[in-house]
Amino acid sequence: MDPRVLEAMLPYFVEKFGNAASRNHSFGWVAEEAVDYAREQVAKLIGADAKEIIFTSGATEANNLALKGVFEMYASKGNHIITCTTEHKAVLDACKHIEKMGGQVTYLEVKSDGLIDLGELEKAITDKTVLISIMYGNNEIGVIQPVREISAIARKHGVLFFTDGTQAVGKVPVDVIADGIDLMSFSGHKMYGPKGVGVLYVRRKNPRVKVTAQMDGGGHERGMRSGTLNVPGIVGLGKACELCMNEMESEAKRLSAMRDRLEAALMQVEEAYVNGNREHRLPHTTNISFKYVEGEGLMMGFNKNIALSSGSACTSASLEPSYVLKALGLGDDLAHSSLRFGLGRFTTDEQIDFTINAITTSVLKLREMSPLWEMYKEGVDIDAIEWAHH
Amino acid sequence: MAYSDKVIDHYTNPKNVGTLDKSKTNVGTGLVGAPECGDVMRLQIEVDQESGLISDAKFKTFGCGSAIASSSLATEWLKGKTVDQALAIDNMDIVEELNLPPVKIHCSVLAEDAIKAAINDYRVKNGLAELETVAAAH
Repeated sequence: MDPRVLEAMLPYFVEKFGNAASRNHSFGWVAEEAVDYAREQVAKLIGADAKEIIFTSGATEANNLALKGVFEMYASKGNHIITCTTEHKAVLDACKHIEKMGGQVTYLEVKSDGLIDLGELEKAITDKTVLISIMYGNNEIGVIQPVREISAIARKHGVLFFTDGTQAVGKVPVDVIADGIDLMSFSGHKMYGPKGVGVLYVRRKNPRVKVTAQMDGGGHERGMRSGTLNVPGIVGLGKACELCMNEMESEAKRLSAMRDRLEAALMQVEEAYVNGNREHRLPHTTNISFKYVEGEGLMMGFNKNIALSSGSACTSASLEPSYVLKALGLGDDLAHSSLRFGLGRFTTDEQIDFTINAITTSVLKLREMSPLWEMYKEGVDIDAIEWAHH
Repeated sequence: MAYSDKVIDHYTNPKNVGTLDKSKTNVGTGLVGAPECGDVMRLQIEVDQESGLISDAKFKTFGCGSAIASSSLATEWLKGKTVDQALAIDNMDIVEELNLPPVKIHCSVLAEDAIKAAINDYRVKNGLAELETVAAAH
């Protein structure tokens, strides 16, 4: 979190402790004013009106509210939702739930670069389609979907367009009007704000969008999300949005230059591949597979100093590698060999140098230990071996 | 989940990484696991045919730190044992020695499989009967 965000939040824990929903004393008014101000800060970052901002506990809740809320609200119009296979679990699992409630969901495949096929999207629309849910930027590979083209297709067919903006908002310019977005989720901690606070943007004009509340209670947030507001969290999210608004452009330039340098250096390693489209992507991420080396083993060489994650999920109960990388058509072996890099506001050039050196050394060391690397070097066809599956 | 000190030590300074000449009759090679599963272990033993003792053991592993540590530890334990003593190595011995958490038990199982596969290869090369456990897995 940005220390400037913490500074903005601190007075709202003890000194200004009021409940924003308490209308008949000054403590409540102070809190309400702070929330209103934060709502303006958030709205401004995405080109929305403050009345279109619904505060939630995070992006997961906002995703659930958007998908289930639209599904219920527009039940008389239809029951079909279109999404894609590389969405975040919060979207995919909410869609699975909707299927259990009698909904129809189409999961579009992505192309090998991670982008959806617009022709396939348009073909999937039926007279029962109520919502298209396609994320703005992907959390594992950073690719940015053609949001404007998607919203144009949605408009043309009178279908609502929801986008999970968690990875993109605050990192690249997102404008709900220009981008034609009807609903959008995002969260505080992905933009140097606090954890446990998020937003659902719900369009009020052209068209006016409604969602059915998923929690019953006091009717907060224009009746769409009941529950006492997390005032310090909301103040922090507002401040985080303001900082992104002011610093996003220079930050994106700085981060993409560092990312490109990191990527170029790591691509000097033999048999290294970048996953996903390199042109349409977030400025601060990359995802690279180092063939014949397993990702978790690789991370162990430097996880004291660098926090990364791998597409290999050896620690999870499922042992399944990343479903996002598999959706790109990567074999399980390459998915197991992947590392996902995320740079941020506090990343320095020295850290990039350290990372390049640590990873290069580690890959070379582990390849000396890898039977697959030895086979590759000896020209053995690894795919032709009959492996015992366990 | 943090790795145990012993896993970190084997990962940082793995013992007996390398390759033995698999064409020799006194060398047994076991290759287990699969690239799609994220673990492949190759474990080799060289048997001194006069004494019947395992005189050398080498491994190469594609996998996480626990898989590397399990196979490194296995090669250390194999050296100096007879082939029959080596067969008695149980995956739970590895789990205990390395303090492996439940999600990493499969790494120790793979190491035990690799030992058995190497011994079996040695037996077959030397005109002995295939091990029942390995034969059953085919």
